[in-house]
Amino acid sequence: MRAPDRVLLAHGGGGRLTRQLVEELFVPALRNPHLETLTDAAVLPEMPPGRPALTTDAFVVDPPVFAGGDLGCLSIYGTANDLAMGGARPLWLTWALILEEGVGGELLETCVRGAARAAEAAGVMVVAGDTKVVPRGKGDGVFAVTAGLGVVPPGRDISDAHIRPGDAILVSGPIGDHGATILAHRHGLDAPGLQSDCGPLTGLVEALLGSGAAVRSLHDPTRGGVVTVCHEVTGRSGCRVLLSEEDLPVRREVSGVCDLLGLDPLALACEGRALVWVAAEDVECALEAMRDHPAGAETVAIGRMEEAAAGTPPVVMKTTAGGERPLDLLSGLDLPRIC
Amino acid sequence: MCLAIPMVLIERDEFQGVAEIDGVRRQISVMYVPEAEVGDYVLVHAGFAIGQVDADEAAKTLEMLREYSDAMVEL
Amino acid sequence: MTADPYSDPAAMAGLLGELRQAAENLDRRLTFMEVCGTHTHSVAGAGLRRLMPDNVRLISGPGCPVCVTPVDYLDRALALAMLPDTVVCTFGDLMRVPSSTVSLERARADGARVEIVYSPRDALQMARDNPGLRVIFLAVGFETTIPTIAGALAEAEADEVSNFLLLPGNKTMPEVMKVLVDDPDLEVDGFLLPGHVSVITGWKLFDFLADDFGVSGVVAGFMPTDVVQGVLALVRQAANGSPGIGNVYGRVVTADGNRHAREIVDRYFEPSDEIWRGFGTVPGSGLTLRPQYSHRDASRITVDLPPPFEPVGCRCGDVLRGVIDPPECPLFDAGCDPDTPIGACMVSSEGTCAAWYRHERWATGAGS
Repeated sequence: MRAPDRVLLAHGGGGRLTRQLVEELFVPALRNPHLETLTDAAVLPEMPPGRPALTTDAFVVDPPVFAGGDLGCLSIYGTANDLAMGGARPLWLTWALILEEGVGGELLETCVRGAARAAEAAGVMVVAGDTKVVPRGKGDGVFAVTAGLGVVPPGRDISDAHIRPGDAILVSGPIGDHGATILAHRHGLDAPGLQSDCGPLTGLVEALLGSGAAVRSLHDPTRGGVVTVCHEVTGRSGCRVLLSEEDLPVRREVSGVCDLLGLDPLALACEGRALVWVAAEDVECALEAMRDHPAGAETVAIGRMEEAAAGTPPVVMKTTAGGERPLDLLSGLDLPRIC
Repeated sequence: MCLAIPMVLIERDEFQGVAEIDGVRRQISVMYVPEAEVGDYVLVHAGFAIGQVDADEAAKTLEMLREYSDAMVEL
Repeated sequence: MTADPYSDPAAMAGLLGELRQAAENLDRRLTFMEVCGTHTHSVAGAGLRRLMPDNVRLISGPGCPVCVTPVDYLDRALALAMLPDTVVCTFGDLMRVPSSTVSLERARADGARVEIVYSPRDALQMARDNPGLRVIFLAVGFETTIPTIAGALAEAEADEVSNFLLLPGNKTMPEVMKVLVDDPDLEVDGFLLPGHVSVITGWKLFDFLADDFGVSGVVAGFMPTDVVQGVLALVRQAANGSPGIGNVYGRVVTADGNRHAREIVDRYFEPSDEIWRGFGTVPGSGLTLRPQYSHRDASRITVDLPPPFEPVGCRCGDVLRGVIDPPECPLFDAGCDPDTPIGACMVSSEGTCAAWYRHERWATGAGS
């Protein structure tokens, strides 16, 4: 495996340098029989039984390499996880990069290796790809765009429409790790114990769905965090969300970053966590199945759904201090503040 | 305007230092707390220590809160 | 969440119980005003308003430096951000404040070069790292923040970083509080005084409230137990009838504050007359750079400014005075909401109108 010293416009031109990039970097790293055919389209085996699920995603992250991951693994996990949240088993991914002229080969190699590692961990194959290079100044380092194809096995139906009052809300681990890692980096905060949680949810979801617990819906709280997901769910399910601040799992370093910058962990992105809506009577079963899996070892229940009531806020949190706080959707970006 | 948090001072020279909370460290200016020593708690706002935490006063407050807390638990 | 004694539920329950009893014994309606945006945040964040006794009302005054920044300042900041080889650095709080045209956030899409920083020293570092760039820091904030700006300026002077400038816009509290207590329409039984401003100023600065105007004040911190302690002390003061200034944030607030910080501020800044949104000009309430530091003053840079736009019908001023509640403003939730704020009270996420929109309209049914 070999990366060029530096990315040039010609690497995206389709000629000799592009071929070199594909043959010397992408194929050896992402290693699978479909990719190695290097045809215009990947013709795949027949789909396993069930309904096909398709997703697409774009990834822009600054810095492209951060504690716990990089743009490469982030883009693969993100796509596979989207499929898993729909109850699908992810199968095949495409991976296209838009590179800025002048990007260093080391950064590119890190992203490609990251993607390869993630594909293996998530149990997916990257079967098609593309590379374009834009002139210096017209891009921001590395952008990744993906598509992911999976299959929802027969009999499985994960959807917010199934959520009912009384259902419990679980989260598979501490919240805000990814968002806090990125913001800490941006604002000169040094937290050796903090890293992105970016990782695969595929195995965890299969373990949960195989447990027999009545799982209504699944979501991964990426951009916008837990609070954004909760608002989406209230809209689609017709119920309101009641969270318990005391039960929210937050790493002390994430808490520290939030205290310093004036942020809310509920609004920060997670890249390897699942929010699970499950029937109240199956909470113990779901907790056990999830905690048994390495990606869900710290799963906890954080709230429940209630009957929506006119004139009450859709998403509310009971605070540690004993009060009640409506959780509003973010207006625009979540910005560090002094006030 | 007033988002300031207590952090422990883990390094300092005359003007600059490093403070920590919950495993997160940041370089800060200590120009306004000339008497703060490593190990002291300082109040940090926008990258500056603006004052020192009085350990005795903090202890008094915590003791008062503990009393309320214990009284409630007994109920 | 990690256990925090200052948010301990049992301690809160105990304090609230005592507060309820103290308030009951008074059998009249009490209104306390907090004048610090961070207090507004804390009260909302812990859901405290609902936990107050029925006869205790907490209202928000002009404590949000973002909310009181005038349109003209934002217009100037925007114009500076469009200049070549110039970058404007700001605290995140200012990004969505409305100007006569767009906010700094929206202006980025038009090519304005704006960077959010956590500390004024980060802006100074940017100036050091980019000698060809003129770096202008938007100097807003009250007494808590002013020393941090003076500190960055002191460093810039010492290290001769000539491309670091400020757009002065800082404000101080006592003068606007005098305007508040002098207003016959204002019915306030006491002030919850800003805990971190007091770290710098000392609590004795607020003696005038009691001595000259017969109004009480208590300096309080920002954790839930701190706020309840503060309100409890205010209720007790109302009960004993003689106005005074108290301090329940003794762990960081002293009578005299941080004298050294005030001296440094005084080296670079002098008082000026400053416009507060909704109040007009409040004499002596601002800080401007002393003439010998005019080379650091970005307000001296000539820019084209749009004709100032003040939204018709906006009653931010009356809201900030505590004279009306947000729903009484004709624009509240009728064009003015957290996503499209017109007046500054809606801009800061816990400005009075934004806080009301997010939390209170559910209780009262006001707004949609």
